[in-house]
Amino acid sequence: MGEMEQMKKEAEALKTQIEAARKAAHDTDMASAASGVAPAPRVQLKTRRTLKGHLAKIYAMHWCTDNRLMVSASQDGKLLIWDSHTGNKVNAVPLKSSWVMTCAYAPSGNLVASGGLDNMCTVYNLKTPVIKTVKELDAHTGYLSCARFLSDTEVLTASGDTTCALWDLETGKQKTVFLNHVGDCMCLSLSPDMNSFVSGACDSLAKLWDIRDGQCKQTFLGHTSDINAISFYPGGNAIITGSDDCTCKMYDLRADQELITYQDAALNSGVTSLALSMSGRLIFAGYDDFNCNIWDSLKGEKVGVLSGHDNRVSCTGVPPDGMCVCTGSWDSFLKIWN
Amino acid sequence: MPVINVEDLTDLDKAKMEVTQLKIEVKLERAKVSKCCEEISEYIQSGADEDPLVKGIPEDKNPFKEKGGCVIC
Repeated sequence: MGEMEQMKKEAEALKTQIEAARKAAHDTDMASAASGVAPAPRVQLKTRRTLKGHLAKIYAMHWCTDNRLMVSASQDGKLLIWDSHTGNKVNAVPLKSSWVMTCAYAPSGNLVASGGLDNMCTVYNLKTPVIKTVKELDAHTGYLSCARFLSDTEVLTASGDTTCALWDLETGKQKTVFLNHVGDCMCLSLSPDMNSFVSGACDSLAKLWDIRDGQCKQTFLGHTSDINAISFYPGGNAIITGSDDCTCKMYDLRADQELITYQDAALNSGVTSLALSMSGRLIFAGYDDFNCNIWDSLKGEKVGVLSGHDNRVSCTGVPPDGMCVCTGSWDSFLKIWN
Repeated sequence: MPVINVEDLTDLDKAKMEVTQLKIEVKLERAKVSKCCEEISEYIQSGADEDPLVKGIPEDKNPFKEKGGCVIC
């Protein structure tokens, strides 16, 4: 038997074992377990702000930890920093490459980052008298789909080259490369304790990684297409994913499997983005069909819709204080709802 | 850390990587789903009372309430 055949056989045997172990732990599902829980109230949120300023599709947005400022990225070649309370633009950062796919705000509020088809993550300092490029993180061999700051000195990136990476902002070099996906990495989310992160990829898998030792610890199966969005649950023991297969799923890290799928026969558009309300009770999921659907995370039921965009909702975000949800769209507008 | 060139990985390399990973994951201890659901449910419900988007925000406490008068957003 060739080596390849042997590897395949071994892989199949291990997968069967894992499936059996998961099945043995599967003594119920979330919908049944939460059958006694009162349903979340019907959620009717109003548009409080429509932020106009971008001239092309918006691809990403990220809240600052101050619950007020946010950064958005558009293929008009700009990052815009907004004061969400007044609706005013605070800063505009022109990008070298207009093919941007992600943006991020550092927890300190001092730095923002962007990246996309240039395969690089560029970091900017907002606090210098004139906004300066601090570093260009250049080593990925595929597009940059997502970036997140751990601090002013470390950044995590996800790339179309199938890897994620941890970068040192002082040297501009990769400290750790996370390699295990076999499809483009599309999204990542940091755990609340910052010791691990999860990634979603076009191989339809979500993976849990240890930031410090670089190892993949767990793999979550179930989706049947690209995972475009992923988020850790506030408690840190579960994750939510959103996929081109039109569903969102909650996976528990300790049970190592799916607890519930959020889907509706009438929904046949892919999920582009998602964000959780502060307690985790509500999931705001952006879809290709121009809407953002609101799901009750415990009951698996749709409890509301945010309609108002004239094109795909490409990004969603809830600030740390949970006071609103922001949606960004290919229609070039951002909306703030509560 | 050595630079990994993903494009240099052969199908055999990827197959070996998969088996190595599965050998790690097969050893995981898995908690019962019922217990996990209970814990998540409790966690969420205990936070839901303070969750502004679940319980609603009174107009006077809403930093995003519509501004009065003639304001162009």
